[in-house]
Amino acid sequence: MALLEVRDLGVSFETPDGTVNAVNGVSFTLERGETLGIVGESGSGKSQLSFAIMGLLARNGRARGSVLFDGQEILNAPPKVINPIRANRIAMVFQDPMTSLNPYMRVSDQMAEVLTHHKGMSRAQAVREAIRMLDAVKIPDAANRVHLYPHEFSGGMRQRVMIAMALLCRPELLIADEPTTALDVTVQAQIMSLLAELQREFAMATILITHDLGVVAGFCRQVMVLYGGKVMEQSPTDPLFETPSHPYTRGLLRAIPRVDREGDQLESIPGSPPNMTREDRGCPFAPRCAHAGEDCLDHLAPLTEFAPGRLRACNRSLEEIA
Amino acid sequence: MTAPLLRVEDLRVTFEIRRAGDLPWSKPRLLHAVNGITFDLQPGETLGIVGESGCGKSTLARALIRMVPATGRVLWQGKTDLLSLSRREMLKYRADIQMVFQDPLASLNPRMTVGQIIAEPLRTHRPGLSRTEVRERVKQMMDRVGLLPNQINRYPHEFSGGQCQRIGIARALIVEPKLLICDEPVSALDVSIQAQVINLLDELQRDLGLAMIFIAHDLSVVKHISDRVMVLYLGREMEVASSHDLYSDPQHPYTQALLSAVPIPDPKAERAKRVIPLEGDLPSPMSPPSGCVFRTRCPRAGELCAAQVPLLTGQSHAVACHFPGPLTEALAQPEPA
Amino acid sequence: MVVDSTKMQRLADRLAEQEIKGRSLWADARARFFHNKAAVGGLIVLVLVALFAIFGDMIAVWSNEELDFSVMGQVAELGGPSIANGHYFGTDDLGRDLFARTVQGTRISLMVGIVGSAIAVIVGTLYGATAGYLGGRIDSIMMRTVDILMSIPYMFVLILLLVMFGRSMSMLFIGIGLISWLDMARIVRGQTLSLKHKEFIEAAQATGVPTFTIIRRHIVPNLLGVVAVYATLLVPLMILTESFISFLGLGVQEPLTSWGALISEGARTMAYGTLWQLGFPLFFFVITLFAFFFVGDGLRDALDPKDR
Repeated sequence: MALLEVRDLGVSFETPDGTVNAVNGVSFTLERGETLGIVGESGSGKSQLSFAIMGLLARNGRARGSVLFDGQEILNAPPKVINPIRANRIAMVFQDPMTSLNPYMRVSDQMAEVLTHHKGMSRAQAVREAIRMLDAVKIPDAANRVHLYPHEFSGGMRQRVMIAMALLCRPELLIADEPTTALDVTVQAQIMSLLAELQREFAMATILITHDLGVVAGFCRQVMVLYGGKVMEQSPTDPLFETPSHPYTRGLLRAIPRVDREGDQLESIPGSPPNMTREDRGCPFAPRCAHAGEDCLDHLAPLTEFAPGRLRACNRSLEEIA
Repeated sequence: MTAPLLRVEDLRVTFEIRRAGDLPWSKPRLLHAVNGITFDLQPGETLGIVGESGCGKSTLARALIRMVPATGRVLWQGKTDLLSLSRREMLKYRADIQMVFQDPLASLNPRMTVGQIIAEPLRTHRPGLSRTEVRERVKQMMDRVGLLPNQINRYPHEFSGGQCQRIGIARALIVEPKLLICDEPVSALDVSIQAQVINLLDELQRDLGLAMIFIAHDLSVVKHISDRVMVLYLGREMEVASSHDLYSDPQHPYTQALLSAVPIPDPKAERAKRVIPLEGDLPSPMSPPSGCVFRTRCPRAGELCAAQVPLLTGQSHAVACHFPGPLTEALAQPEPA
Repeated sequence: MVVDSTKMQRLADRLAEQEIKGRSLWADARARFFHNKAAVGGLIVLVLVALFAIFGDMIAVWSNEELDFSVMGQVAELGGPSIANGHYFGTDDLGRDLFARTVQGTRISLMVGIVGSAIAVIVGTLYGATAGYLGGRIDSIMMRTVDILMSIPYMFVLILLLVMFGRSMSMLFIGIGLISWLDMARIVRGQTLSLKHKEFIEAAQATGVPTFTIIRRHIVPNLLGVVAVYATLLVPLMILTESFISFLGLGVQEPLTSWGALISEGARTMAYGTLWQLGFPLFFFVITLFAFFFVGDGLRDALDPKDR
């Protein structure tokens, strides 16, 4: 049985300006120990997707569809069902570590609290375990630094503390939402290689949510490209980068300048990211797509498999967009 | 050879840091945000400045246009030292040097219409223009940067991030500057929008013969747009070279580490790539290491590095390192897998 | 030179296109404000009270100084509210028409409130914005001055002033004006400090826009939201202050009157069964204060984009 099975997940928000469909009909399966990258720009719904899975949507948000974690429905599940899973088996790492660290508590107390509460350890035991975990995320001098306050760590170290906290209960699934966006490149490289190492060591399934295709290329086995709340393309990583099958993915890859190549003119995608209050019909990328026709504004072909393991949602055939 | 458009000599910016509760007469601690930067900028040239947060790149930009007090010399067109001018004398030169900011929306006054925003430099520097003339010029500039001129009466919040950055660019270019300073102009934008803005800047620069200082933390963007690139670390220059030389043959260990850390959107290249890890954290800029500021994290550091500050040497490819060398040497000791 | 004719044509077309009207933040806020039922209700009440104050005289049969000798001495029996004898709100203890007096009291109370907060808005905004924007030593000196003024027990000083220089309207305005702007200056300075580091201010500085133009063009318009909210909430506070002073008998002088003075009189004669003398002024006083608070809350919600 797959660890996580998401079927036709949709997220909508009631706002004063009307209903906003943030996510539409997203489906995927994640096996144990697998890595999935969810790539999207602002407004693609990538963060709302993870919030929906974790049951952390804002109060005006509604989730539809089904999310099976280890065979158990957790979407819109009562707290009695979801709380133990959220505490022990799924963990999340955010862009800004300070959002999930309490600035007024020592790191040791925060980490120990998780363990005494969920695993019933004694405090001394819990602190020892916390130190072991800080060691695992390569924080030097962990035994002493565990007693510091969060603000006494640098940005990169704070992100490590966050990861250590997320891993305390040995989760089976880790959702990392833009874990390195706020960090400098050299620190980003450290954190990503740390995550990769821990992912192998703990055999965690990992969902990496990011806007950075470079980070995905290095970390994930599977990639899902979101645009305007809909899945554009879903594929194993290598073929996606080699032969992107969707006009959006293609445009995106051509629009990124690269350090490893001499720069020719960048091909930009015209237009702006989609407005979230737009109607939920057709292909969200149609207004910016060079291959779009009238039909694209009205309806979008369902996500279909065109090669082993590779899915695309586009009204145009591969030959037509070549 | 003609005089460079801008010659910066030994530029220094020092902030006095007072902790809360310090007595007024106690000695403040000094933070050297920019520490002896020297460079030339030719007309029409683009200089990229890269570095991680806290390296002083934004402070450097602000020092050039005297938004923060600095010492040293900033020679404009070989004649005028901008740092020695009075406020009033400086005003004349402000039209020649314009700036584009990082956060597209925050850099526009939310209570003003786009027309008013773009016209502001014009109203400041060309007070003689009539209202209709100003409006005409604003509309032409809007068209030039890819905005619909009929949107002149709209407000910033009615535009997307990319469009807001176009407004910012239009505002900077309306007084026909000779130098455009871009401080992280695309880092707040979505990937698909970044390319639009980079291409626009590229095109405008070529058409208008602008010189540009392009500050960013994203090395790939800087590589794409710059003729020459300067790498900063803790307020000091580490390496300056033409874009091609710097990226294909970096000599400074910090540049090498920085380049190796950039993720490449190509799984094969990304897997083949070898990241040179940097040990530890960025030292506090309040108490930088003696000698070479990078030595605490440098794989090549020796005794000399702690004793002596390395000078920036070399003409077209300048490096500030006691042991410069190509990348292969840095990887001589294989790291345990 | 080859002119790209299609490009020129396109440019001409685009320039000729109708200009689209923008929707300012103020327009947004206005729309949000008018969606807020309590705030609109408050606004309507305020308009009605203002109309009452302006045009009430025309309906009044009696002037506020005339004594109605027919009810004098029997106010409790004959002086009650009545349409027939023209005393819509009854008469006061001396037989003066309470309707006319309430009209006059409303005028004076509203005027005190509005003048007080107008002084606060003008002086406080300019003072606070200047201090906040210039910063450094000037800021320290200006704000310490405010601190010192604030540390004076103003009610005590105001009462002293009124006792020493005699009770007069102008003295009352000076007294209230002196203290009303202090809080405003502090609030505005705080807001200015956070605005000062916004990039659009930096952009203006980089272009060389003169300092006071920056304050006028960039700082003040962005402060107006906060100022408007605070000013609306300040009006009832000013009215309360004046009423308190008048209640103590130190406020406006007869034959002028205000809500505070009327309520004070009404409260004194409560025991004689002339409850209307307290009721009518109190009614106006209470609904106006409520209305101001509702409008202030509505403005705050409308102008604060964070709640969206």
